[in-house]
Amino acid sequence: MSRQSNRTTDSKKMNSELFTLTYGALVTQLCKDYENDEEVNKQLDKMGYNIGVRLIEDFLARSSIGRCQDFRETADVIAKVAFKMYLGTTPSVTNWSPAGDEFSLILENNPLVDFVELPDNHSTLIYSNLLCGVLRGALEMVQMAVDVRFAQDTLRGDNVTEIRMKFIKRIEENLPAGDE
Amino acid sequence: MADEAPFQFLHNELIQYISKSAQNGETENGRNITKLETMGFRVGQGLIERLTKDTTRFKDELDIMKFICKDFWTCLFKKQIDNLRTNHQGIYVLQDNKFRLLSQLSAGKQYLEHAPKYLAFTCGLVRGALSNLGVKSIVTAEVSVMPACKFQVMIQKM
Repeated sequence: MSRQSNRTTDSKKMNSELFTLTYGALVTQLCKDYENDEEVNKQLDKMGYNIGVRLIEDFLARSSIGRCQDFRETADVIAKVAFKMYLGTTPSVTNWSPAGDEFSLILENNPLVDFVELPDNHSTLIYSNLLCGVLRGALEMVQMAVDVRFAQDTLRGDNVTEIRMKFIKRIEENLPAGDE
Repeated sequence: MADEAPFQFLHNELIQYISKSAQNGETENGRNITKLETMGFRVGQGLIERLTKDTTRFKDELDIMKFICKDFWTCLFKKQIDNLRTNHQGIYVLQDNKFRLLSQLSAGKQYLEHAPKYLAFTCGLVRGALSNLGVKSIVTAEVSVMPACKFQVMIQKM
């Protein structure tokens, strides 16, 4: 027990490494299973979507955040609350379109890519594409159809990582057929 | 990141993905479990490297196992292993009475047949961690009533 003291490690940090490394293992596996990067991107997005539709419940239950009034508020909640809560980082919200239906999330540090280097033969792989799926899936569950994609990625030589989000439409709540 | 939800959801997707690729007739069930275990192995190797970089040298095998039960497990699942047993001949049994990755699944015998999928990755984690500490092993898991679970570590003599 006496040695316990010099074995303290930051367990929060460690936990994020578990996530980062597991994600890395997943991407590696997908690259083995599929022939081209496009397919891998698609699969990552799909898995992200599945996570997003569940994660939103966890998020709403724990953050006690209600319905957003407009897309600007949505952007704020995503950047300041959701990213902080799940990834421990707060992206900045910029590049609003004049109509206010499109914005960018600039990620200073992307925890998913902590130990990653892309080999040359995967130049079209969007490594963190899972995030796009998560955002799309989560927002869909709160009646927002949104287009999410990576505009820039530090892994591919850009200066910053930028996620571009575009509001498409509000999903109408339609009652199941025959329900009064 | 102080949150474990992303890892849990990701882990679920991992299992979904691996077992779905099996349904397409690519591999039989055993191979899937192996795939999950291999992924865990690699992650375990990476984690233990990061975790032990400032620690003192381990005295012996038992010391290593204690480290796995306390520090490693705390980092993974925010709790320690509840019970560690050994026959002093290279077999260790690690018991977790409330295993994190099963605790949301069921509390009883329901879905018992699905439990192995949820353990394979963790078996790999342990094996990978041990491997990078210079201990070659075979790690298996068994569940009789969820969410309690036992991991058996068999040390392979070099």
